[in-house]
Amino acid sequence: MTGGAVVAAGAAGTLAVGGVAAAGAVAVGGLTGTGVADLLAGGCLLAGAVLSLAAGIGVLRLPSTVDRIHAVTKPQVLGMLLILLGLTLRLRNPADLGMLLLVGLFQLATAPVTAQMIGRAAYRSNGVDRELLDTDELA
Amino acid sequence: MNPVLVVAVTVLLSVTVLLALARMVLGPALLDRLVATELLLATMISAVGAEAAVHRRATTLPVLVVLALLGFLGSVALVRFAAGEES
Repeated sequence: MTGGAVVAAGAAGTLAVGGVAAAGAVAVGGLTGTGVADLLAGGCLLAGAVLSLAAGIGVLRLPSTVDRIHAVTKPQVLGMLLILLGLTLRLRNPADLGMLLLVGLFQLATAPVTAQMIGRAAYRSNGVDRELLDTDELA
Repeated sequence: MNPVLVVAVTVLLSVTVLLALARMVLGPALLDRLVATELLLATMISAVGAEAAVHRRATTLPVLVVLALLGFLGSVALVRFAAGEES
């Protein structure tokens, strides 16, 4: 079996199992634009999942309600936006871009509103540790 | 997609959901449980998006939009309900 036959068989195998495009492109020599987009998408998915885990740890470990709002509204929204970016890079279809933008913009618009309402309700129901505050503008 | 990456993303998102569920069980006040619910729903949106990215499917995109809308409405309604509660 010659080297060329091995490479051809390997490329055929990756195509047969529908493997990641980057691996197939490396097998036949050189990265294609498709492979780069898929690699970036994988990196975005992983980063978003790590940020989600950070938000989960924050929600479990932080001491008070007002602290826990931080974990849900900052790392989690950024992680979700990264996962949506990875999905966009993976679909590469202009028709889906509008819907993905809608989801992302909606998250960005509604997360602060929800956080503000939860914070106000927590302040009114003594969910804030007054000892930790330097100044209390609402007092 | 690299299977190692798929497994890693799945495990990370699953652990996030478990942590949010733990806070939902432990949380002393209703508002803590509401924060945990927010995290749970955001992680669900992330998981559906990641699944669509892995399989290169655009079928579940409307599900993402509906989840985002319903999550916001549910949270606002629950906060309005909890505002009268003195815990």
